[in-house]
Amino acid sequence: MSFLDPVKGFGVTFATMFKPVVTEDYPRNPEPTAPRWHGRHQLNRHPDGLEKCVGCELCAWACPADAIFVEGGDNTEEARYSPGERYGKNYQINYLRCIGCGLCVEACPTRSLTMTNEYELADDDRQRLIYTKDRLLAPLLPGMEQPPHPMRLGDEEKDYYVRGPELVRSRGAVRSEAQEQGAHVEPDGSVPPLDSPTGGLAEGVPPGAGTAGTVPRGVTPRADGR
Amino acid sequence: MTQVATPPAAGGTGDGEDRPVPPGHVRLTIDGITVDAPKGELVIRAAERIGIAIPRFCDHPLLDPVGACRQCLVEVEMGGRPMPKPQASCTQTVGDGMVVRTQVTSPVAEKAQRSNLEFLLLNHPLDCPICDKGGECPLQNQTLANGSATSRMHEAKRVFTKPVPVSTEILLDRERCVLCQRCTRFSDQIAGDRFIDLLERGSSQQIGINSDEPFQSYFSGNTIQICPVGALTSTAYRFRSRPFDLVSTGTVCEHCASGCALRTDHRTGVVMRRLAAPDPEVNEEWNCDKGRFGFGYLHEGDRLARPLVRDADGQLQPASWTDAMTAAAQGLARARDDGGVGVLTGGRLTVTDAYAYAKFARVALRTNDVDFRARRHSAEEASFLADRVAGVTPSTGGPTYADLEAAPAVLLVALEPEDESPILFLRLRKAARRGVPVFTVGAVESRGSRKLSATLLPALPGAEADLLADLTADARPVVAGAAAADRNRAGQLLRASGAVVLVGERAAETPGLLTAVGRLADATGARLAWVPRRAGERGALEAGALPGLLPGGRPVTDPAARAHVEQAWGVELPARPGRDTAAMIASVLARAERDERALGLVGPAPSPDLPRPAESPAADDRPAGHGAVGLVERVVETVAGSVSGAVHHLRDLVTGEHEDAAVAPGPQAPAEPGLAGLLLGGVELDDLPDPAAALAAVAATGFVVSLEIRASAVTALADVVLPVAAVTQKSGAFLDWEGRHRPFDAALPTPGVLDDGRVLDTLGVEMDVDLYTQTPVAARADMARAVPPAPAGGTSPGTAPGPADARRGPAGTAPRDGQGFVLVSWRTALDGGRLLDGEPHLAGTARPDVVRLSPRAAELLGVGDGAPVQVHGPSGGTVTLPLQVTAMVDEAVWLPGRIRATPLVALLGAGSGDRVRVRPAAGGEGL
Repeated sequence: MSFLDPVKGFGVTFATMFKPVVTEDYPRNPEPTAPRWHGRHQLNRHPDGLEKCVGCELCAWACPADAIFVEGGDNTEEARYSPGERYGKNYQINYLRCIGCGLCVEACPTRSLTMTNEYELADDDRQRLIYTKDRLLAPLLPGMEQPPHPMRLGDEEKDYYVRGPELVRSRGAVRSEAQEQGAHVEPDGSVPPLDSPTGGLAEGVPPGAGTAGTVPRGVTPRADGR
Repeated sequence: MTQVATPPAAGGTGDGEDRPVPPGHVRLTIDGITVDAPKGELVIRAAERIGIAIPRFCDHPLLDPVGACRQCLVEVEMGGRPMPKPQASCTQTVGDGMVVRTQVTSPVAEKAQRSNLEFLLLNHPLDCPICDKGGECPLQNQTLANGSATSRMHEAKRVFTKPVPVSTEILLDRERCVLCQRCTRFSDQIAGDRFIDLLERGSSQQIGINSDEPFQSYFSGNTIQICPVGALTSTAYRFRSRPFDLVSTGTVCEHCASGCALRTDHRTGVVMRRLAAPDPEVNEEWNCDKGRFGFGYLHEGDRLARPLVRDADGQLQPASWTDAMTAAAQGLARARDDGGVGVLTGGRLTVTDAYAYAKFARVALRTNDVDFRARRHSAEEASFLADRVAGVTPSTGGPTYADLEAAPAVLLVALEPEDESPILFLRLRKAARRGVPVFTVGAVESRGSRKLSATLLPALPGAEADLLADLTADARPVVAGAAAADRNRAGQLLRASGAVVLVGERAAETPGLLTAVGRLADATGARLAWVPRRAGERGALEAGALPGLLPGGRPVTDPAARAHVEQAWGVELPARPGRDTAAMIASVLARAERDERALGLVGPAPSPDLPRPAESPAADDRPAGHGAVGLVERVVETVAGSVSGAVHHLRDLVTGEHEDAAVAPGPQAPAEPGLAGLLLGGVELDDLPDPAAALAAVAATGFVVSLEIRASAVTALADVVLPVAAVTQKSGAFLDWEGRHRPFDAALPTPGVLDDGRVLDTLGVEMDVDLYTQTPVAARADMARAVPPAPAGGTSPGTAPGPADARRGPAGTAPRDGQGFVLVSWRTALDGGRLLDGEPHLAGTARPDVVRLSPRAAELLGVGDGAPVQVHGPSGGTVTLPLQVTAMVDEAVWLPGRIRATPLVALLGAGSGDRVRVRPAAGGEGL
């Protein structure tokens, strides 16, 4: 024990003052996450605001933690929530159970379910941690309309899946297709072009094509993507 | 479906060649394994037996082979020469020395199957995420197991409009269809309702219906279950859940006495769907739409959740179980000491629940006034049931489903199996297709009888007994004509060993008929079975829920039987037979009338020909599906107006049946104080012979306790209402028409929901008696103590000649005098009953209500098919329905038993056998 020891100690403190800070200023100034961070889920919408979810329950089936509960519903001409026959009437994710593995996202056949970078999933009430459909749905962007409403992008569901981006472009709508998928927004805030590999869907490519698990197992996929 | 079992004859491997081939068998080799198979067996089944599953879509063991899907291709070599192309193993029968190579050993078969699967998927949409079959789909499974991972098809797929409703309940998606024809073959071969068929040719070939004829079959739901893809789905289950969500329980159907095994699938405490469970001895793999889709009533909003007790202001108020039990026990005890309490149990109860009522009546209420028959009934019926039905089960030699297939002839009396016991109908049809002649005694050649190729032995209601007497007589009168020939043939065939007579519950409507049936069975040696409509009636009979019967079907008047039960129960039993349903209602009304007169409220009794009271609410202004409300309005009117009027009608009704019976109901016996209380378990007043009188009686009774599932007309009038478990929430057992025990477990055990047996047990404790019916298991054990073991070696048919033997009333000889037509009527399968509530899609498949007249009668009236016809009843009520000209007795007119959910008797004041007037609605001469 030397009398110089305190000096050495303060020396470390003093030297550290001039080094870059490794801690984050959370919550005042949170750092952005990694671009593919598995945060809270989001149920995406078609460019006209209709929901992409068809209530197929494949996410619930894939979920290893049994965190997802889905009930399908029947679209009618009077009340249409998604293109096609079926929509997700009831959709709940229990964040007390969710382990953020992302298998549900892989299972989703319509790219309805994706994950955002939002990680602030803590609460003092268990009930509030069961997110219901209204909290999971993507916000309505400009050009979108709150369902239920008729199909605006075509007469058939095919128009949405095969020609959706093209129809949106022809309508001059915003490039919401890419924006709503938060993980694909570039770090600088820009949105990749619609037909880029990370961005919107290229023409003729089915939603989720090329991603394992997005085509139901046991069914021969069609090359034309329908 | 894939049954794998090694039969004793089928040699495994090695030593197979050494043993001789059993007679009637051939020896073949499948994938190198030597198999002995009965001649005519299909290769696919022989392979199944040795554990080789050949993929298939169209093949179904209960349907004729068709070879439509071509998925089961195998390589076959016969006599050393290979067949040039792979063969469909579902149509290829086995041959001696045949060598079969399936996909397991043959690359050719494997490639053929793989290519065929690719071919079937050519136009199959990628619908799996939204398809109801997804997760339990044979095509999906097959593709996953054997299909190619990539597709070579780049062209657009064929598209159809979808889904197409082929009926209100069944949806057709033609894109998904692989044209296996299971649905069309089922409809044609099993149900006989060929509403659905293949249309068009080539690539536009599709399943379809005639646009004028929706798929209105009582059995249409089976096509959904056997569809190997998601081409047929139901409106009720559309997008409701996925197979992995569902918890399945084996249950038994509560809708009729067929006793079908069901699978009840539930999710989050709600029943999602019901399927037919395979039971080869009973329902094979089928059930009817009523059993499949008729469960919506379980989740109706008027389910009772809490006990209700009528307060000082006369309002029903929710109460605790303790308070409600105390109130019920005190009220029942007071009523018991004041004049007695009658017990009516409906007929939809499980065996143990019915036993609890029967025991409660005798032990706690000290009476034999207990009756399960909430329909037209008679004392003759009670003695028939006691003598010939009680105690008969398949194990004591009673006729079974399987016996029908082997019978030399089947005679149906007062039974329309398609409407009243649909699975019995399917088995009869199977028998008829195998050549079993079916005879039906009745006035109408119904669609059901035509599908059974049944020979109609024409008889008007009331005259059936004479016809049976003719069949009974050895020396039959020589009458010329086709009818006599049929009669002679029936009489001859019934004398062959194994012939079966099936008698329906409607036989009780005709005096003397059940006696005649008994005589016929005795004279011909034919085996006899009674087929009630409701699931609980057969069980209630065994449980002793009849005024004259103790558990086990022994008469109350038999001192030995009484002593046995007294010993088991530890109480003294009333020795006198009790009152039946009609007598109980009459007794209540008589008491009410006397009380009114004592108070000087009414004058002297009105003349008996007074028009009957308040049948009023016409079918049209009755709120659909909510009988309770309408009925309560009706009761206010009835009670205020004329209890006495109802009494007089009842007196007419009762005196005819009871004047010579041991019981002397109210009006004839002034010494009787009349019943002061009623305990009602699941009784629907509209089912009773006279709904208005029954309603007046319930309203006039001093103290009424109702055990119910849902709010009803009875609960609205009861003093204490105790909610009980629905069939999904309790375990128990039904007895089907054979007497076969059909136990089931609770599909949705719900804490705090009690079954009837438990409620009555607790109520008994409040009244200082022990019933030992806390649980179905306990009740069953207690019942076993009260019932002696069944005598081995069959029953003794026709032991004591029933009291009805002595009386073949004039009504049994000929149609009653009067003008007009004789009304013939029975309740159709889908008629808006309370158990069908909550499923509008099912109601949409009900057959349209029509009037049926014979061609000659229609000609006399000058009306044709489809023309509106008015039927006028004795009460002044009128029913107008379109005419359907039907082969039937000229003097008869047929109407459905309920029209727009209102019983015919409430509309017309007439039941089967009564005279009604018929006239064209467009105006013109009536008859």
